[in-house]
Amino acid sequence: MSALGGGGGALRNASTALAISSTESFAGTPSCHTKRVRRPPGSFYWLHAVTPAPPLDTTTLKQLVFVSDYAESMIPPEIGPPKSSSQSPRSPSGAPFLSISVTDPVKLGNGVQAYISYRVITKTNLPEFQGPEKIVIRRYSDFVWLHDKLADKYKGIFIPPLPEKSAVEKFRFSAEFIEMRRQALDIFVNRIASHPELKQSEDLKTFLEEDEEAMERIRSFETGIFKKPADLLQMFKDVQTKVTDVVLGKEKPVEETDPEYEKLKHYIFGLEDHLTETQKQAVRLVKRHRELGQSLSEFGKAIKLLGACEGDSLGKVFAELGSKSELLSIKLQKEAHNLLMNFEEPLKDYVRCVQSIKDSFSHRANAFRLHCELTETTKLKEINLEKLNLMRSDKTREAEIEYRELKAESEEATRRFETIIKRMNEEIVRFQEQKTAEMGLAFHLFAKGQAKLANDIADAWRSVLTKIEAYSLSSGHD
Amino acid sequence: MRGRNATPAIPDPTIPPRSRARPRDRRCILASATLILSSSPPEGHGGNAAMMGSEVAFGFDSPPETEEMESLALSDAPPTVSSLPAAISASSDGDLFISPPSALHFPLSSTASGDGGDPAPSTASSFLDPPSYADIVFSPFDSQNGDDDNGADNGSMLRRDSSPRSTRAARSDYLKISVSDPNKEQETVNSLVPGGGTYFTYLITSQMRFGSAANGDGESEPVEFSVRRRFRDVVTLADRLAEGYRGFCIPPRPDKSVVESQVMQKNEFVEQRRSALEKYLWRLAEHPVIGMSDELRVFLQAKGKLPLPTTTDVASRMLDGAVRLPKQLFGEGAAAQVAPQEVVQPAKGGRDLLRIFKELKQAVTIEWGGVKPLLVEEDKEFLAKKEKMQDLELQLSTASQQAEALVNAQQDVGETMGEMGLAFIKLAKFETDQGIYNSQRIRATDTKNVATAAVKASRLYRELNAQTVKHLDTLHEYLGLMLAVNNAFSERASALLTVQTLMSDLTTLNIRIDKLEAASSKIFGGDRSRLRKVEELRETIKVTEDAKSCAIREYERIKENNRNELDRLDQERKDDFLSMLKGFVINQVGYSEKVANVWATVAEETSSYARGNS
Repeated sequence: MSALGGGGGALRNASTALAISSTESFAGTPSCHTKRVRRPPGSFYWLHAVTPAPPLDTTTLKQLVFVSDYAESMIPPEIGPPKSSSQSPRSPSGAPFLSISVTDPVKLGNGVQAYISYRVITKTNLPEFQGPEKIVIRRYSDFVWLHDKLADKYKGIFIPPLPEKSAVEKFRFSAEFIEMRRQALDIFVNRIASHPELKQSEDLKTFLEEDEEAMERIRSFETGIFKKPADLLQMFKDVQTKVTDVVLGKEKPVEETDPEYEKLKHYIFGLEDHLTETQKQAVRLVKRHRELGQSLSEFGKAIKLLGACEGDSLGKVFAELGSKSELLSIKLQKEAHNLLMNFEEPLKDYVRCVQSIKDSFSHRANAFRLHCELTETTKLKEINLEKLNLMRSDKTREAEIEYRELKAESEEATRRFETIIKRMNEEIVRFQEQKTAEMGLAFHLFAKGQAKLANDIADAWRSVLTKIEAYSLSSGHD
Repeated sequence: MRGRNATPAIPDPTIPPRSRARPRDRRCILASATLILSSSPPEGHGGNAAMMGSEVAFGFDSPPETEEMESLALSDAPPTVSSLPAAISASSDGDLFISPPSALHFPLSSTASGDGGDPAPSTASSFLDPPSYADIVFSPFDSQNGDDDNGADNGSMLRRDSSPRSTRAARSDYLKISVSDPNKEQETVNSLVPGGGTYFTYLITSQMRFGSAANGDGESEPVEFSVRRRFRDVVTLADRLAEGYRGFCIPPRPDKSVVESQVMQKNEFVEQRRSALEKYLWRLAEHPVIGMSDELRVFLQAKGKLPLPTTTDVASRMLDGAVRLPKQLFGEGAAAQVAPQEVVQPAKGGRDLLRIFKELKQAVTIEWGGVKPLLVEEDKEFLAKKEKMQDLELQLSTASQQAEALVNAQQDVGETMGEMGLAFIKLAKFETDQGIYNSQRIRATDTKNVATAAVKASRLYRELNAQTVKHLDTLHEYLGLMLAVNNAFSERASALLTVQTLMSDLTTLNIRIDKLEAASSKIFGGDRSRLRKVEELRETIKVTEDAKSCAIREYERIKENNRNELDRLDQERKDDFLSMLKGFVINQVGYSEKVANVWATVAEETSSYARGNS
């Protein structure tokens, strides 16, 4: 492989190789979807083959220690097929389980300071946890903390999405909003707890077990000190990249050109559009149910009054129709609520999940850019080093150290990038299966609710019909 | 009963011919598959009959059929949700919205249904609807009434549903009245308003039960009459009836709505007016008295231009109407017994403005002066009825408003359901196109099933709504009729006022005579001029007495008319309300059951997901 010829060219070759291999593996999938789509390990082989592994010096080592700890947590314990979410590990008593419930939302504080706190109950038999049951009080921002930590550490994994930050101020403390959020938060933690990698996260344990004060401390410490510098660092890096781009005369930041990945991106963006539209219609449907309920109740009242004008037994038939209308109005309101919780909310969650996938796209893009830059710089250094070697310059040693550091860094970047790719390939399968199950359930509940509503309507009117017929007979009509 | 099935047989106009023009054999497969679907409850998820049914219907799996999915998503479903009104006006679906007689020999409806392709009921259904549903869509919910025993010999007339009305129609002199073939014509006098120079004429065809008396051929073959009339002629007819039939509840005519004609789609407007006219004429024909009137007969049967004189503006109409009264007062024949030739002749002559002023003065005296008139409304029963009617009017107006809101809300649910179904169809299509994983395919299938159900439910909602509109329309109709009742009441009041005016005139005259006599008695031998004056006054009194007794007779007649009309209305209203409630409820039950079935199927198909959970 004449990869040494030119960085850019080799790079493009590599991504083509990746493209081909992943196409092959994708081609096989439809028939056996449970089988993991795994990229053949040879895709990036040329990078390793080009340079023999250099001895590590201390600074690099330190870096590596930090990174490897980070990297280790990323590597899944079993590289088998991911468990499909339908066979969840709750059933047998002996099997390890971790189940969490978010309950009892309570409004605390006043005015602008007011917030909702939740009781988070953990039940588990996992040895890593302190005991079989633990109850902590958490608020929304704690959930945000957990989410951000995971998003930062597990790049490439589709972190379960959180419910929206805040609704319109007016509805912030409405019972419906609180309940919807509670349900969404419950789903959020349980998704993490059932995710093969995320469930092993230290942050999850912290979140589930630390007492309130400790949690508060950790959260403020990290949002205050840890998080901001990370952002700054990233910003600094971005600026640096841009400067380098300009210096090296590159017109645009490098993007992956893998057609399979392009297709995925295209799919996800398209999916988001379709889902947003669908969810919008679902919201409207909820609203329409409420409006119909409202109209029915008013219609019922008007019909009752009209019946009062008629007097006699026909008036009673009117009254019956009126009161059934009012009864149905209540049923419609109930169904509207069910629709909101069991159908609209899962759809909204679907949209959120898709957005979380989009987040991982940007992580992947960043990792890819870093990987490319470092690979290229390493190559330049290598050429430089060879030159120095030829000249037998004094700087050779210094340059070699620099080169090795860079090389290690570059390899690390490559590994991170590859990890992200690997994770995403696993995640997308998990995502599809999970969504099939979740939407299936949502569809089921929707259909069941609609069927029940329609049956209730039919029953209510049928009872009026018997009254009408009785009246027809008694008044000797026709 | 058979005849009624003609309505469901009309193919859904929202389905483009393309999707209908599929090979017949596939339709058979579909039919059998969906029949299985409707007969045996599907168990679980696998490739059972239900799945198969929808597979075939959508053509999801086999590539050549994907274009059908396309046609469903792109061309079929959009009109479902968006262009309801267009569909109504463009086709005989209009029947659903307009209650009574529109199914009668309405040429538009037959042509509209003709262009749809297959007229056979079994094949004309949309491919979303299982055939087993299609032919019970409209008929069963009304036919359960089952009590329209009023003679199948009336032929086409029995296509009209809602039983009390049809019984009433059976009593009418007219066998058939239809308004059709709206035709645009140019005004001979050019109007300054753009587009104002044109108007529509309608072909009005009618048939009397017994040979028309005007034809003089006794009880022979019913003769059919066809005349062309424009809306202005209808206004004239209505005015003539209002003048001629005081105290009756004359069915109100459709509004003139000038603005709407410019805002609305021309075709839609014309169709609405056409059906409104037909309905109006039927209502007139059903009226026990007006139905037999010469005015109506002239309107329906006189060839050429309408001989009933046109009145151009309100002021002259008022005067014109006022003119007729002195004639009645002086015994020139009562208004209720206008001979046919008089109807045909335009009324001419002087204008008794004086009388109007007199009566106005009388009214003011009674109202403000606190003078107790000699004759007052004493009919307690009538007063109670009147009050009841006013109460009824109030409740009717609220109820009809609420009914409208309900219909709108129901419509919205249906439409949103349809739009959501459409969004799901697109989603399913997208997932299928982009599908890589098996789980994705399963989800796409589930999505598509829900989408199909949503679209089906949306159609059912729409049909239900059409029926609901039809039934609850009774409320609107009676609200309109209240106007007629009020008119009848005010005719009574004004007749009373006439009597009162004449009576107070008489009193004045008598006082003057007394005074004159007293004055002349003081002069021996009498005052010649005064005596002459007294003679004149006596003459006037005599005439006025005649007028008074005439007016009282008129008043009594109006009272009688009022009472008869109220009794008639009470009975009719009870019948109509009962049939409204019945129709409304039966349709709600029927369609809700169908909607429930649609969703129950989906719930069953997806039940495997629920087991894993909960």
